[in-house]
Amino acid sequence: MKRFLPYMAVVSARYRMLLQYRAAAFAGLVTQCFWGAIRLMIVAAFYAASAPAQPMSLLEVVAYIWLGQAFFGMLPWNIDEEFAQKVRDGSVAYDLLRPVDLYAFWYSHTLAYRTAPTTLRAIPLGCLAMLVLPRLGLAEWALGAPPSWVSGVLFSVSLIGAAALSTAITMLTNISLLWTISAAGMDRIMPAVVTVFAGMVIPLPLFPDWVQPFLRLQPFRGLVDVPFRIYSGNIPPTVALLEIVSQGVWVGCLVWLGRVLLARGTRKLVVQGG
Amino acid sequence: MAIGEDLKLYWLYVKLSVRAQLQYRAAFLLAALGQFLITGVEFLGVWALFERFGRLHSWSLPEVAVFYGLVNCTFACADALSRGFDQFGVLYIKTGHFDRLLLRPRSTILQLAGHELALRRIGRFVQGLIVLVWAASVLNVEWSFARVSLVLFTILGGACLFFGLIIVQATLAFWTTETLEIMNTLTYGGVEAAQYPMAIYHIAFRRFFTFVVPLACVSYFPVVGVLGIADPLGSPRWFQYLAPASGILFLSACLVLWQWGIKHYTSTGS
Amino acid sequence: MAQILVENLTKTFRVAKRQAGLWGAVTGLVHRTYHDIPALAGIDFTIEESELVGYIGPNGAGKSTTVKILSGILVPTAGRCEVNGVTPWTNRLQHVQSIGVVFGQRTQLWWDLPVIESFEVLRAIYRIPAAVFRKNSARLIERLQLQDFLDIPVRQLSLGQRMRSDLAAALLHGPRLLFLDEPTIGLDAVSKLAVRDFIKMLNRDDGVTVILTTHDMDDIEALCQRVMVIGGGKIVSDGSLAALRATVSHERRLIVDLVNAQEVIEEPAARMVERHGRRVELAFDPREVSPAQLISRIAAKHAIQDLFVEHPPIERIIADLYAKHGELEA
Repeated sequence: MKRFLPYMAVVSARYRMLLQYRAAAFAGLVTQCFWGAIRLMIVAAFYAASAPAQPMSLLEVVAYIWLGQAFFGMLPWNIDEEFAQKVRDGSVAYDLLRPVDLYAFWYSHTLAYRTAPTTLRAIPLGCLAMLVLPRLGLAEWALGAPPSWVSGVLFSVSLIGAAALSTAITMLTNISLLWTISAAGMDRIMPAVVTVFAGMVIPLPLFPDWVQPFLRLQPFRGLVDVPFRIYSGNIPPTVALLEIVSQGVWVGCLVWLGRVLLARGTRKLVVQGG
Repeated sequence: MAIGEDLKLYWLYVKLSVRAQLQYRAAFLLAALGQFLITGVEFLGVWALFERFGRLHSWSLPEVAVFYGLVNCTFACADALSRGFDQFGVLYIKTGHFDRLLLRPRSTILQLAGHELALRRIGRFVQGLIVLVWAASVLNVEWSFARVSLVLFTILGGACLFFGLIIVQATLAFWTTETLEIMNTLTYGGVEAAQYPMAIYHIAFRRFFTFVVPLACVSYFPVVGVLGIADPLGSPRWFQYLAPASGILFLSACLVLWQWGIKHYTSTGS
Repeated sequence: MAQILVENLTKTFRVAKRQAGLWGAVTGLVHRTYHDIPALAGIDFTIEESELVGYIGPNGAGKSTTVKILSGILVPTAGRCEVNGVTPWTNRLQHVQSIGVVFGQRTQLWWDLPVIESFEVLRAIYRIPAAVFRKNSARLIERLQLQDFLDIPVRQLSLGQRMRSDLAAALLHGPRLLFLDEPTIGLDAVSKLAVRDFIKMLNRDDGVTVILTTHDMDDIEALCQRVMVIGGGKIVSDGSLAALRATVSHERRLIVDLVNAQEVIEEPAARMVERHGRRVELAFDPREVSPAQLISRIAAKHAIQDLFVEHPPIERIIADLYAKHGELEA
């Protein structure tokens, strides 16, 4: 347990820092409610206009949209600016001097970076979507509860998996900086790729049927699509277990890949002198 | 003439800004590509939903694509001018550099618009244009002089509207030094909303975006006019043709607010 | 008519009281209490064309408030102010066309542009006709010795080079009135002299009115025929440097280098300030004993190698004056 102390310290410090930005968080809350409302209306209009059965019911999509707004911050949108700055001015070399595993250290840091802002947004937004809306007579727009406590529990587990996955992906983007110092390539393309394949544009099942096999094979679905559909029961508990396992497998692969690349990248740094 | 001189000065700002950005050509191209992709994936969603559902009430995919393409082109134009404004609090108020703008015998709006012409916004513009051109070709729109003018007028009115919102966001910085993300709700949120015909939204929403922030007047109504169809919301054709003017009026109102902000700034000091 | 006319200029800042703690922040959202900070308590002065005026005072005394009002970027609470016949804050565009302002700590030049290109942008901003611009810029470049770094981006310039460039930039449009705020701060000795010489020449040869705000008393001594001291929102002294000295004390200094380092000077009309071996510094009041009398008295009793008669250091004068009016400089 003691071995984890430095990493826990990093996570806690990061949380405390990010929690200071309360006003920004409130503004973000309003923005996200607004975006959620727009998407709900669009999707509802489509559902209302046509009859055939769809892979997801409207209620499931409503839940999906609200959860998407709540956990928006957890997507591996962008690189860690702090890390980018360290690479730019070469001080990342100092981190090599610390008696901690470099990957684990930065993983903890990034994990906090990915999850702390979400904590501030998810809870108020969730309360609003779940509890306030029905009271305002907008029950059909509200975020419904999971169909069973099993789904709820599995959702929580898959959420942790999503956080781990998101961090692992962010780490890869960060590590790519060691090769392309100006952070050009990856972080420009990443946001678009993630948005589509995670299911943030529309839930993955709503994409055409012929593309579904491909969508099932990529890691990003574990970020948004899988956890939110577990929540609403669109992915039933039995399948959910499998999905969570596949999340874990992806996390494992990406962490392993990240460690390998980080070792190569830092060796390059040391050899070249930064 | 005053406007002529202002345009000359603005042109100089543009030349300097463009030159500075093109110096880092690779970075610019990547940034533009990134913008193109992140804004373009939105249309992927529109397309996929139409693939699955076939129709959206009375609207077909190409028709919705016109709404989509036009608002993206419009916003890209305004967004290109926005850098000086959305960083206004940090770059000008906190540093006190705004004083220097006041010490120059030119409009502060002009100087701030000249801060940077963000070329990377072309990514959003190109994506919108592609969608718009595709839609126009599929729909077989009869491109009369009136319709073309309406498109251009819509882009102008819309860019004025978004520019006005951007100015309001900066004006807030006179009172609070925190960047108020809340305005993003209206700019980026507005673009999201206007990508689809406003008729599908809740009436309260539509009313807000017609009478308070006239977004519908620079996207929904004129596009209905361009498409030449009957408006499900029942607006007359002449209104559809004149609606973009509200964007210009909105901008004027925002400029008044800005002057008020300056008055506050000069009487409280920094 | 005076170029600058200031009458009963008053400025009170209304600042919201910051409540401590979380509860305070919440109540602060609903109910704000304010307190008034009087920055200027009704000041009066006139400045004629081609004067070179030093405007000094402790921090917080109202210097920058005055300069901001005169330059048109701050509106006073009460009082009258006219610069070149125009009220600065109501005719901003017209007013700023006729003034130049240099802030010692902040450049107005574009960070990434070569100096000469910054000048070109300013030419467009101030609508300077081509011929006038050519003449003005050539003259300023030559006088301030900017030729060697005109093509270098401002961010790469040394502080001295940047300050000289800023001076030129402020004068390209040929203003008749120049505000200088701490122009020599942080500069090396050579640059300081260059800047001072330029200001003196600008004022003497071109007749540009200069208002100089500074904490550097050497600037004041070197340049200013007239010094205004502001303290606690009021003008406490306005006149020549000599008059300023007299406000605080009439004391003068006599420095004597004795031949014999062991000798002690005993003189009832003078008090010893300092002694280093041969050098004795005495303070005396010229109203009680004239310098000539004092010198002859001392010379009669001691063998003198050298002597000087001086004013006390200007810093001492100012510090005493500031101390009288509340805040001391940090």
